[in-house]
Amino acid sequence: MLNSNEWLTSLPDPKGKLKEVQVRGRKSLPNIDSPSKKNEIWRLTNLDRLKAIFDLPIAFKGSESEENRAEYWPDSPEPVFRISLDPNEDSIESIKLPEGIRLLNNNEIEQILGHVVNRCECNNNWLVTINKASSYHLLALKIQGRSIPPLEIIMPSYRGRLSSTRVLIILEENTELDLLQVFLGTNNSAHSNITEIHLDQEAKLNHGVIADGDGSSSLMGQILVEQKTRSEYYLTNVLKGLFLGRLEPYVVQSDGKAKTSLRGLQISNKLEQIGTYSNIRFDGPEGDLDQLQKAVATDSSHCVFNGQIIVPRHAQRTNASQLSRNLLLSSRARIDTKPELAIVADDVRCTHGATVSQLQDEELFYMRSRGISIKESMQMLLKGYCEDVLSSLPLKAKRWFEIDQLITSSKEST
Amino acid sequence: MIISDSKLILEIKNLHARIEDKPILKGVNLQVKEGEIHALMGRNGSGKSTLAKILAGHPSYKITEGQITFQDKNLLTLEPEERARMGIFLGFQYPVEIPGVSNLEFLRVATNTRRSARQQEELDTFEFEDFVHSKLEVVQMDPVFLERSINEGFSGGEKKRNEILQMALLEPIISILDETDSGLDIDALRIVASGVNQLSSPQTATLLITHYQRLLNEITPDFVHVMADGEIQRTGGSELALELEKSGYEWIDRAVKVGESE
Repeated sequence: MLNSNEWLTSLPDPKGKLKEVQVRGRKSLPNIDSPSKKNEIWRLTNLDRLKAIFDLPIAFKGSESEENRAEYWPDSPEPVFRISLDPNEDSIESIKLPEGIRLLNNNEIEQILGHVVNRCECNNNWLVTINKASSYHLLALKIQGRSIPPLEIIMPSYRGRLSSTRVLIILEENTELDLLQVFLGTNNSAHSNITEIHLDQEAKLNHGVIADGDGSSSLMGQILVEQKTRSEYYLTNVLKGLFLGRLEPYVVQSDGKAKTSLRGLQISNKLEQIGTYSNIRFDGPEGDLDQLQKAVATDSSHCVFNGQIIVPRHAQRTNASQLSRNLLLSSRARIDTKPELAIVADDVRCTHGATVSQLQDEELFYMRSRGISIKESMQMLLKGYCEDVLSSLPLKAKRWFEIDQLITSSKEST
Repeated sequence: MIISDSKLILEIKNLHARIEDKPILKGVNLQVKEGEIHALMGRNGSGKSTLAKILAGHPSYKITEGQITFQDKNLLTLEPEERARMGIFLGFQYPVEIPGVSNLEFLRVATNTRRSARQQEELDTFEFEDFVHSKLEVVQMDPVFLERSINEGFSGGEKKRNEILQMALLEPIISILDETDSGLDIDALRIVASGVNQLSSPQTATLLITHYQRLLNEITPDFVHVMADGEIQRTGGSELALELEKSGYEWIDRAVKVGESE
């Protein structure tokens, strides 16, 4: 497995806005257990691939990113405001932000950065610590108002390099925002990212996350969210084309009475391995969660879902539902799904369910009986299956990826 | 309508079929010509729906003996989609709900596939919208159902109307309607039956599978067949359906037993 000390010595010297964070991360990393098959949360992960990611050099200014040049990106629908977290671009400080959005200053960053990591109890998370030790690029925004233009944050990838980035977004009271975060992935590149989000009272965030790689790229990402009362957080994430993909959404409703909706879709092909490890904690009463996690696995790929929901004694009248629905389209593919509900409060309503199936023969026959070929029928059924997650993405996000070519070994499922 | 010298569309000869190890059809013989309406009646489990699904090419059934010819072609070598493109339409007894797949998109793709097979020009999105709206009147269907997922949240009657709408769009040569009347109230039954009557022509044929005379009050069959134990036991005119309505299936059962003892 990854030798922490060896990896730390390979990193460039601490510098920039995140210098202190890097120093602290590097100090604590050797004290944190490295991923191991003995550890439940790493048991299903291909650790050789994980090691390969951290063998990559860190991306810096001058790193090759031809494939990710802005001219290749789809146009944004107006009035979306786009920010690219690219070290080759001019400094983020020089961007003229729309009214209601401002960059946090150094003092604020020092005070606030890491607060949500603490609230989500992720300080000993190995991936979080790896990111702390290595991230040089930070986008920290404070947002206030109800007429904020939608925001698109692009995370470019760099050929053969690990892009280690950090995002901090504070939504002040009564603020509403549509946010789309796009992780690009080509040519053996990888992302390590922590996105910290704080939703103040009655704030509302519709958050889309897309990672659409070329099959050789990887993503290790944490989305860490703290919600105050009467806030609403809607996360829709789509992961595909990742050699190794791991997204860890952590949400804590710190005083209860908030609403959380998580909709995830992971699509794995060939030899890809993609996993979502969610953790939702209700630290107050009357919280609400609606979670739908879907997966489609073809060829010899592997999808994993681990969904933790924690309802302590003081989180009475929590209303939570979690559903994991999975399509296994090849006899060589594998899907592991595991709901993990820890409920101590006694006056709650928590439901969960998990299914793993193939495409339904009767649905397929119905479409074929109307003259539609088996391949086209399967594609329509698959698109339909994905649609109830995709339709929740903000900012017409489907322009960023193509799901028509999902099927590589279509006949197998029949 | 029976037309003298009309062409034979469908011919089933000595058809035997099974699902897994269970024989269902045990020697079905049937001829359907252009312009004709045939009614196929029989108890539950007699093999009616199996015959319908086999005609449409359902992959779960294995043909062990016999043949089916459609317009002089061997149907048994063709995939379900090839049969549909040639003009075979199955109206399902229980149309499946397919969440996420737009009904309108499904209808458009199916219609264009059939049009393409008939060397007709495919319709673009706008042309198809006009076309489908003109056909909605046949079954008095609310356009709102086009915007939904296929059959999702449709009532029993709406599902059956959606089936007849597909029949109207695909303009099949033979329509096999499997218990289209089941789950319909009287008004819905009349609307669906009226749709079937409007779509009948001297060049097409219909095979109605039903339990009840009430559908046959609305669609008058030229021939009535009674199935029992995987075979067509009796064939007659519309009076045979009236006889069944009056006497039930017991006399058919007795006839089957006599046949077996002989």
